Amino acid sequence: MNVVAPFEGIGASVRRKEDLRFLSGRGQYTDDIARPGQAHACILRSPHAHARILKLDAAAARAMPGVVAIYTGEDTKGLGGIPCGWQLHNKDGSPMAEPRHPVIAEGKARHVGDPVAVVVAETRTQAKDAAEAIEVEYEVLPALSTMKEALAPGAAQLHDAAPGNLCYDWHIGDKAATDAAFARAHKVVRFETTNNRLVPNAMEPRAAIGDYDPTTGEHTLWTTSQNPHVIRLLMGAFVLNIPESRLRVVAPDVGGGFGSKIYHYAEEAIVTWAASKLNRPVKWTCDRSEAFISDAHGRDHVTTCELALDETGKFLGLRVDTLANMGAYLSTFAPCVPTYLYATLLSGVYSLPTIYAEVKAVFTSTVAVDAYRGAGRPEATYLLERLVDVAAAETGMDRVEIRRRNFIATDAFPYQTPVALQYDSGDYFSTLDAALETAGWAGFEARRAEAAKEGKLRGIGISTYVEACGIAPSAVVGSLGARAGLYEVGTIRVHPTGSVTVLTGAHSHGQGHETTFAQLVADRLGVPLSQVDVVHGDTAKVPFGMGTYGSRSLAVGGSAMVKAMDKVVDKAKKIAAHLLEASVQDIEFDRGTFRVAGTDRTKALAEVSLAAYVPHNYPIEELEPGLEETAFYDPKNFTYPGGCHICEVEIERDTGKVSVVNFTAVDDVGRVINPMIVEGQVQGGVAQGIGQALMEQAVYDESGQLLSGSMMDYSLPRAEDLPMVSVANHVTLCTHNPLGVKGCGEVGAIGSPPAVMNAVVDALREFGVRHVEMPATPAKIWNIINAGAQRMAAE
Amino acid sequence: MYDFDYHKPSSVADAVKLLSADPDARAISGGQTLLPALKHRLNRPTYLVDLSGIAELRGVKREGDKITVGAMTRHIEVQNSPEVKSAIPALAYMATVIGDIQVRNRGTMGGSVANNDPAADYPSAVLGLGATVVTDKRRIAADDYFQGMFTTALEPGELLVAIEFPIPEKAGYAKMRNPASRYVMAGVFVAKTKDGVRVVVNGAGPGVFRQTDMEQALSANWSPDAVAGIKQASEGLNSDIHGSAEYRAHLVSVMAKRAVTDAG
Repeated sequence: MNVVAPFEGIGASVRRKEDLRFLSGRGQYTDDIARPGQAHACILRSPHAHARILKLDAAAARAMPGVVAIYTGEDTKGLGGIPCGWQLHNKDGSPMAEPRHPVIAEGKARHVGDPVAVVVAETRTQAKDAAEAIEVEYEVLPALSTMKEALAPGAAQLHDAAPGNLCYDWHIGDKAATDAAFARAHKVVRFETTNNRLVPNAMEPRAAIGDYDPTTGEHTLWTTSQNPHVIRLLMGAFVLNIPESRLRVVAPDVGGGFGSKIYHYAEEAIVTWAASKLNRPVKWTCDRSEAFISDAHGRDHVTTCELALDETGKFLGLRVDTLANMGAYLSTFAPCVPTYLYATLLSGVYSLPTIYAEVKAVFTSTVAVDAYRGAGRPEATYLLERLVDVAAAETGMDRVEIRRRNFIATDAFPYQTPVALQYDSGDYFSTLDAALETAGWAGFEARRAEAAKEGKLRGIGISTYVEACGIAPSAVVGSLGARAGLYEVGTIRVHPTGSVTVLTGAHSHGQGHETTFAQLVADRLGVPLSQVDVVHGDTAKVPFGMGTYGSRSLAVGGSAMVKAMDKVVDKAKKIAAHLLEASVQDIEFDRGTFRVAGTDRTKALAEVSLAAYVPHNYPIEELEPGLEETAFYDPKNFTYPGGCHICEVEIERDTGKVSVVNFTAVDDVGRVINPMIVEGQVQGGVAQGIGQALMEQAVYDESGQLLSGSMMDYSLPRAEDLPMVSVANHVTLCTHNPLGVKGCGEVGAIGSPPAVMNAVVDALREFGVRHVEMPATPAKIWNIINAGAQRMAAE
Repeated sequence: MYDFDYHKPSSVADAVKLLSADPDARAISGGQTLLPALKHRLNRPTYLVDLSGIAELRGVKREGDKITVGAMTRHIEVQNSPEVKSAIPALAYMATVIGDIQVRNRGTMGGSVANNDPAADYPSAVLGLGATVVTDKRRIAADDYFQGMFTTALEPGELLVAIEFPIPEKAGYAKMRNPASRYVMAGVFVAKTKDGVRVVVNGAGPGVFRQTDMEQALSANWSPDAVAGIKQASEGLNSDIHGSAEYRAHLVSVMAKRAVTDAG
């Protein structure tokens, strides 16, 4: 009987293997874990943005029911500081300022939410009660809520080790060549903008449990992390001085990260350290309100940029000057976000002969700022795509034509930009054409006129983008200041009866890896999806890994799996050759079957794996038993997804409310393994991009209090705020990884904000609006309409 | 959340007895405001008196020219009530736009009106329809009941048991939601009743208030255009990161116009 199994390999929209677990409420998240005898930690956080701790009296708190221990900075000052993963250098070659980031504040608090003391108690409520009973006397110091305040002459100093509150003053590109290009420009377009500060808000708040076994000396940390091995490395080596062999880090099911769960946080070190001090497990779970003042925020750039054009509208050069907010301390990835993930993307999809960018990173008395979905690339894309629209408006060129005229030619790949990156592949004309067609760009004016009849302002906006992901070649990032390699690790374990376990150093927290990675195995080894299991998130199970961020899991982690499968197939061919009494050169392998070329003599993978583990008839002299291989894959280059997003909005004149009525995304993410999962990733990213464009903003007041410190005041998009997003792919393959994949996790959040804002500005064109800052809230838009209407009435 | 004791009486009399016995006791109806406050440790009651076991507090009745809604009637029940839908469609509509489906299945009219959050929906309908707030002790006219932000005429230990709405000739409601909390940023309830026209603003100020200029304009000419040109003064209105007092004042005119347009 010849049963044709449904195709489950590369390109099949198979349903997610993990969904039965998640949709039936059987996910196992960190907070679901209860260790026997666990105590609970509550962090007392600074209510002030910048304050000296004059006195801390915990005597009354210690006497409260259930209190096990109270720790302050005095107790943890012997520990290492929370490390930063990147070291940038100033223009003059000196290293960036890298002040100590204490686990618990040492004499001074530097943002609202900075840990000041830790209470461990029998219950969470008792820990909270005791934390309230700790008396702290503060001397309030001037808050540095904005970068402007922090950089002002005579400003208060947040860290002694960072004079002028400056972390670094960095640059990239050719200043002289760029100045020369501006000197001969026909037209210079100048533009200033702020990239709004965002609070990530993953659905699952952070949590951590520390445990310690005094009989083995092994520490275990369960944590809501995107990269358990990285946490093991950072916390073990730099903070707690625990060898890797004695430190297990488990990141079980994790409910979203968006970057905010990449970093090593103080709470992870606190529970791990306290568990070993107390000889019992210690658990901490973040409240949502606490998350607002302790999770790393995203974006927060203030930029001035200038574009030089010739008389035909060709770009001659770009100058960019950016201030990037680091917050109070350097989070794990923070220094590289506004530099190597931002300034290197400033060429965008354009042939820009010369670029010069300067970036100053600034300490402020706010929560740390680090990578958030897209990390640097949304900031670069937003800047360029708004700038190009402003340039089109000021030169009288069509918005699409100015882009086409400056696109990197499709035959120009590999394309070396003037800011370090070399794009391997892309076809910006095709993604543009496909998006224009899908979005009905040509018919827009009729829709605008129709909306006008109902009193609505309708606008359309376009964004053409490229980003760099699949991070990253270790040698390259090492030369740029990374303190770690950025390869990935995959193990393929073929069991005796032919089922497969995949061990990956990548971590799935919503991306559907358990399905996508299994499809790679199904495709290559011909094993049914139901017999492939993906294991991730535990340093005791997975040999090593660098985790999931920067849309790297498939491009780097998937490539490691392919490499490991290559090794498995190589070995299995030798076993099959032995079993089939043929020469290994004559063995062909195709989806689960080994065949002597040109014959009908075959062996199934399960027969070969059985022989590998039951080696009765086996080439034991030449081959070890077993069928399991591990590969480390270090990418040769970044990958460069790109595409075109088109957004259509309608604005209510009388309220200023902006509604996204159409959204089209045509992305080139390279080869697509599971189209359904890719579509979901793009839609989620676009939702966050629309959130940034229209709704989200972290607002600090002058005293450093976070005004948008809860869902009451921080506007997150909800389903009713979002349109159906039309998602399509136009594939050019990545040329340097074995799968030809580029990554899809961030494209939605990168490409969409400028498309939305370009549409908003287009809708407001009758009021002579040149630019609108994100987020385009109803009140802001109404003010623009109202002022414009009054101005026109006066004229 | 701090520890507290919990009581679930089955009669109004028992509930009142419990609430009168301790000034730090709190009644809980749907809990949509109180529970978050408890979780944030903003409130520390000695005990909670759960009203959900009191059958007499629940349900909608039509008697003559009035609709009576029991304090424990949930928003979803108001939304789906055939009596409310036919007699005061604006009130049924209002219930459909309170919070989200979870809130509407838990929250109650009595809880909302007793709490008198300036950004809540129901107080505008109670004042706008000239309703009567019925407690265990007395009947309070809406005009006397609302006394500013989170403040009402209810005495300590006094329990709101029902609200009586006179059936209007016409009524309408329109609001702009706060983009973050989705509470009311500015809303207007309009009603044409046998005692005259009422226009009530919610969300925009520190409490619900009547917009008398609009009432006069609509008395003379019940039409959207009659209110569209009437400006609400911005003095005293709320101003925050979501919008200035001027924006809210402007929204009052816009929402008034919409409320009249939609009135039925």
